[in-house]
Amino acid sequence: MRTVVAGITLVVLGVSLLYAAISIPFGYPAMSDMDDYFLAHGQEQTGANNIVTSVVFDYRGFDTLGEACVLFTAVSGVAILFRLRKKEEDYEYE
Amino acid sequence: MSMSKIIRTTADVMFMFIMVFGFYIVLHGHLTPGGGFQGGAVIATAFILLIVAHHMDDFLGWFKKDSFQTCEMSGLVLFIGTALAAISLGYLFFMNFLSGKGGLFGQFVPFGINQGFMSTAGTIPIMNIAVGIEVLGGLTIIILYMTSGIQSPEEGK
Repeated sequence: MRTVVAGITLVVLGVSLLYAAISIPFGYPAMSDMDDYFLAHGQEQTGANNIVTSVVFDYRGFDTLGEACVLFTAVSGVAILFRLRKKEEDYEYE
Repeated sequence: MSMSKIIRTTADVMFMFIMVFGFYIVLHGHLTPGGGFQGGAVIATAFILLIVAHHMDDFLGWFKKDSFQTCEMSGLVLFIGTALAAISLGYLFFMNFLSGKGGLFGQFVPFGINQGFMSTAGTIPIMNIAVGIEVLGGLTIIILYMTSGIQSPEEGK
């Protein structure tokens, strides 16, 4: 009984996902207003040829600031974790 | 913990090429695919290659651990300082105040396909360099701390 239900669920999910994937036209995204804006105004507003970098470091620079802080926090966490572990041995790593 | 002589020599030779490639990615971040994070990760890979191939004590004899910590902190400070410099000059936070003004990184960019000029994009190259320095210090520090927990089976118990 459970295998039958699982099989039916698998078939229904697979068919619906495949239909959704096939019905999307390739190369014509549904929402492209923001892409068109960046492509049209990105070079004159930021002066960068690389639109991805201009989005990451200029339009959404605040997000990159958060990412940098996340990396700093990760380094601090690793440092705290491994320093505690070295305390009980006579290996002096500092 | 050091690897064989072939691996060590290959790591020594590959080190400078990986460094040059990483700095190319960081410095051309506003022109070609890549940027601060990716280039910093590539540069950190060069240091990690040395750590893995050689003994870690040898590596700590060549590069100080404090220098990587200084790299990470100075990169973060430079990044936030560039963002805060816009406020002191009368713009908004994270405003691109150098773009299109002439001078440093302020060259005019023609619309569409062009050959790519280094001195463009305002504060974006500065932030790329800052993030690259920070990522190279951070990832190398992480691997240094993790490698310090490994000991070879002969010398340890």
